[in-house]
Amino acid sequence: MKEIILIKNGELALKGLNRSTFEDTLIKSLKLSLKACGECTIRKAQSTIYIEPKDDSFDFEEGLDRVSKVFGIAAFSRARVCEKNIDDILAAAPEYLADTLRRIKTFKVEAKRADKRFPLTSPEISAQVGGAILSAFPHLRVDVHNPDEIITVEIRDFAAYIRAGQLPGAGGLPVGTAGKAAILISGGIDSPVAAWTMAKRGLKLDAIHFASPPYTSPRAEQKVKTLLSKVAVYSGTIKLAIVPFTEIQEKIAAECPEEYFTLIMRRMMMRIAERIASYHKCGALITGESLGQVASQTLPAIGVTDCVTNMPVLRPLIGSDKEEIIKISRKIDTFETSCLPFEDCCTVFTPKHPKTRPTPQLCEQAEAALHIPELIEKAIAETEFTYID
Amino acid sequence: MKDIVYLDNSATTKPCKEAVEYMNKAMCDSWGNPSSLHTIGITAEDILISCKEACAKALSSRPDEIYFTSGGTEANNIAINGALLARAKQGNRIVTTAIEHPSVAEVINSFEAKGFEVIRLSPQADGKISIEDLRCAITKSTILVSIMLVNNEIGTIQPVKEASAFIKEVGAPAILHCDAVQAFGKLPVRPSALGVDLLTASGHKIHGPKGIGLLYKRKGLHLPALTFGGGQQENLRPGTEPTPLIASLEGAVRALPATATQLKKMSELNAYAKKQLAATGIVTFNSPEDALPYIINISVPGYRSETLLHFLDAQGIYVSSGSACAKGGQSPTLDALKLDKKRIDSALRISFSRDNTPEDIDRLCDALLRATQKLKRA
Repeated sequence: MKEIILIKNGELALKGLNRSTFEDTLIKSLKLSLKACGECTIRKAQSTIYIEPKDDSFDFEEGLDRVSKVFGIAAFSRARVCEKNIDDILAAAPEYLADTLRRIKTFKVEAKRADKRFPLTSPEISAQVGGAILSAFPHLRVDVHNPDEIITVEIRDFAAYIRAGQLPGAGGLPVGTAGKAAILISGGIDSPVAAWTMAKRGLKLDAIHFASPPYTSPRAEQKVKTLLSKVAVYSGTIKLAIVPFTEIQEKIAAECPEEYFTLIMRRMMMRIAERIASYHKCGALITGESLGQVASQTLPAIGVTDCVTNMPVLRPLIGSDKEEIIKISRKIDTFETSCLPFEDCCTVFTPKHPKTRPTPQLCEQAEAALHIPELIEKAIAETEFTYID
Repeated sequence: MKDIVYLDNSATTKPCKEAVEYMNKAMCDSWGNPSSLHTIGITAEDILISCKEACAKALSSRPDEIYFTSGGTEANNIAINGALLARAKQGNRIVTTAIEHPSVAEVINSFEAKGFEVIRLSPQADGKISIEDLRCAITKSTILVSIMLVNNEIGTIQPVKEASAFIKEVGAPAILHCDAVQAFGKLPVRPSALGVDLLTASGHKIHGPKGIGLLYKRKGLHLPALTFGGGQQENLRPGTEPTPLIASLEGAVRALPATATQLKKMSELNAYAKKQLAATGIVTFNSPEDALPYIINISVPGYRSETLLHFLDAQGIYVSSGSACAKGGQSPTLDALKLDKKRIDSALRISFSRDNTPEDIDRLCDALLRATQKLKRA
């Protein structure tokens, strides 16, 4: 028995003249994602993408799972490939759909005859397939208005396809079609979710992590890599920059007022992130901030971190509650990793009473003693890059 | 100078030469199934017999009181689950301490959830539970008393022997279990002298391999089977015995130096460490004076445990953070001692083995001083 995966494009159909670029990007994502399952051919026709395994060695179930994680797909389905003759179709349909048919009470058959050379009309195909299903599963009833399941039979140029129902896709837009942005990631719950959310809207991802050994653990770095590898299942390969941040944090702790430690740290992170991101052709920075979640995420605090960069800073979680964020982090399997207890750059040198209503002027005064350009140059010069997939 | 200074021996120890040799020999020469009736099987069975003899000698017990498990955790689980199943009809009370290892504490928590009454004795300022509290806690309805012999975080020695006297005094049906993982091979541990019915020890804390532990079960005490299988080890822990690990455990046990002599040496090393650490002027001690000399828990106020740990790591010195980091985790013992939070946050556990030397202490003290000069205070 030969099975294929059929993909109906989601929002892609809306994109007018750009559509073929979007589809090509989607096919590229699919090819990369499905490489691990074995060999298959991926082709498009009308608004459908066909994934055909080359042979039995293709891991079909894994393939379905991977397709469900590729952005730019509204829905997809698995279908049986059949010879284009009605006897084969009538024999295959009840057998292939048996599991589904046993569990439902009503159905209808929709036939689509793209190849008009096929001797039966669509209503005739529907009637015959419906009859075959009814005689194999007498408990079923046909309901054309509100069926439990719609059985589709498509007669295409090269073969006939039989399928039931559709599986929900990951939605969004194909990764890369919206450009590229860099996520600032510490290892908490929020940043992987923010990264995933923006990848869903078609952004390719770079990542920037600040490491402060020995104040932070080598395991915090490992944790960030694990988190990114989970996001990469959706977003494709992520380029990770690891910025040495020890000296900057020590300098801040030595030379700035304590209540500004976190704010100045974040301003330094933004400055460095902007430099790295723009050098690597990112159009924006992404953070996992959620308004008011902690002292450094109040409106004035966000204001004083934003004003040191000219790059747009995307904050997809700004209006989300913690519970909503956790729900997504569980869905994309980052929650448990995020909860591992290692010190990271955000947990060291935290002020007892952080400033919650800072202004840019006050921050500038507070960081006046730092030699900011030199610190930034040095950190960037020593930054190391690695690819996560 | 040695490449590394390993001072985390309560977490695990480096396998000794004998442990490696015995394992190698068992895998090359005696790889049979000890239950097989033929000669190959009998050769493998000899490993079990010989290791039981070695362990029994170390515990001054009988070979047929020794059962092999996958480690301390499994031995504690078998002991507590088994004891409570055996005595469930005779009472409802469990007496334990607030500073047990999770492989004891979590099993007991699971019985508390089923309706058993649990008394958890907290340590006093000296890190030991109060004898008076212990006496009051043990009643006629007490069915299990589980007390660790040596605390894994600060090294305090707990009054296990007293518990056995109180059980007899009250006439309680209680089974007495002792987690002796941190004590075995370091203190003289004699179950019969302590008056315990069940006692747990582990291989990798005494320079043996990971994956092997032992449960001492007093002759005559019956525990119901918890795992079902081919009947090995009287069904207390069925499954083909892991002869390479058992042989290796034997190697480690046979290589143990005489306890009294070694304890004296370790007390000298401990005294030297305390003197040198105190001389740095940056350390406060969390372990009481009379703790087992193998463990010293200290705090370096102003510096987070994890930061110090990574700093020392970079110099080739390995200790354990006495507490988890700001992101969570717990230190049951330091919490139970109600130490100041800052002290808990900066705690380090230094734990020795017979391989450590005074030079190791000097390197540790130097590195700690350098840490406080170089690192920013949290």
